[in-house]
Amino acid sequence: MNEFGERLARYQGEIITSILETGAMLGWSLLAAVLIGLPVGTGMYLSRRGGPKERGWLYAGLNGFVNVVRSVPFLLFVVALIPFTRWAVGTSFGTTAAAVPLSFVAVALYARWAEQTLVEVPQATVELADSLGASTSQLVTRFLYPEARSGLVLSLTTVTISMISYSTIMGVVGGGGVGDFAIRYGYQRYEYDIMYVTIAVIVVIVMLIQAFGTRLSMALDHRSR
Amino acid sequence: MIEFDQVNKTFTQRSATGRGKSVHALHDISLSIDEAEIFGVVGESGSGKSTLLRLINALEAPTSGVVRVNGVDLAALRPAEKRLQRRRIGMIFQQFNLLANKTVAANVALPLSLHRRRGMPGSNSRASTEATGRGSAETSGRGAAATSGRGAPRERALEMLDFVNMGAHAAKHPAQLSGGEKQRVAIARALVNEPDILLCDEPTSSLDSQHTDEVMATLLRVRQEMDTSIVVVSHELEVIRGACDRAAILESGRLTGVVDIAAPEARERFNSYSERARRYLEGGQQ
Repeated sequence: MNEFGERLARYQGEIITSILETGAMLGWSLLAAVLIGLPVGTGMYLSRRGGPKERGWLYAGLNGFVNVVRSVPFLLFVVALIPFTRWAVGTSFGTTAAAVPLSFVAVALYARWAEQTLVEVPQATVELADSLGASTSQLVTRFLYPEARSGLVLSLTTVTISMISYSTIMGVVGGGGVGDFAIRYGYQRYEYDIMYVTIAVIVVIVMLIQAFGTRLSMALDHRSR
Repeated sequence: MIEFDQVNKTFTQRSATGRGKSVHALHDISLSIDEAEIFGVVGESGSGKSTLLRLINALEAPTSGVVRVNGVDLAALRPAEKRLQRRRIGMIFQQFNLLANKTVAANVALPLSLHRRRGMPGSNSRASTEATGRGSAETSGRGAAATSGRGAPRERALEMLDFVNMGAHAAKHPAQLSGGEKQRVAIARALVNEPDILLCDEPTSSLDSQHTDEVMATLLRVRQEMDTSIVVVSHELEVIRGACDRAAILESGRLTGVVDIAAPEARERFNSYSERARRYLEGGQQ
């Protein structure tokens, strides 16, 4: 136990650094999910067949992007995206570079979740917006998002947790993070106790995020109270 | 005020295989609705009542013929102009269509906030009327409850909630209200812009008799105090007879007559829906 305690104390700085690296990768990818994924998902909802602003070509384009990003195995996707990553952020190695493929996946995941959440908004809400003379942007911001907000928060919670999982393999491009730390010290150095501590840290982080997301979603939902 | 001129409406229903099938909802409808009139539209399910109502605020466009509101063919307008015109026409729905995550006051203030945000000349109907120059002189003669349309949205919303006796519920959410209360909130929302016309799509169909009476009494007050033209679509003949001046009878998308509504007579037997509806609305028993 003493030996384990000493190792834990020795790696404390690296564990904190790896948590911060995971936080940075998550932060960038979730920012992309909200700023790009939400509009993409909204665009898919609006332009889908039978949607409020049906545009087949637009839906085909957005849907195709989401399907392609989600269907390529993530490790291959990270490697395939290296030229783009180098062009976008000037390097293909490190935490910032790792955030690029993660952002693509977060955008695609959240776009799909957002589309599905908006589909659940009653058609009567769209009809109301039309009858009040709302423009398309007002339909989205004043009617759809307020009515779908609890579902959108839950979706973002799910995406966040998925991104933690995705981020654990970003060690392949030097992204670091908690997952990379666990593999380097636990798997490659046979320090399994350190690996289990790291896994426990990840589990606690996931549970906290889920609890926060669920509570926030419930607080925002007035459909039954 | 509202004119239907040989209006036909056909929908194309797409099957699962993507094939289209034409459904004729309305056949050759011609009628007119006067200012400050409460006009009923009755008919059985699928007779085209709601389609007729949705043609008035251009939620649907006629397949042929023209629908004019204050002399304007809404279906021929550009989208932005159409939206502006819609803001002069209030609408209430069978299922109330209140936004569940907004408070009662926020629901009522919603139309005002839409207009202010866009900075369009339609923050209230009177302003819109002046801007388009197509309104009638009567629209400026609204009652006391509707005289301060230029106030802050929340203040104006509270004023309208008081008008429908819902002022005490302003901070609640729709899920905390009864059906009748929800419909009165929906009426307040529809009136907050001081519309020239109020469209009511089966406003009492999901309410019990007590709440039906409350809602219809509110509509009568709207006409009395605001001079608003009201079009009520309903399959409930009692509701139409209790509130309307005239009513159109629809059967399978065809207009079978427009009747003046009068007091009831002795009970009779009828061979068809149209005959029964006509006699009942003209004062006979059901």
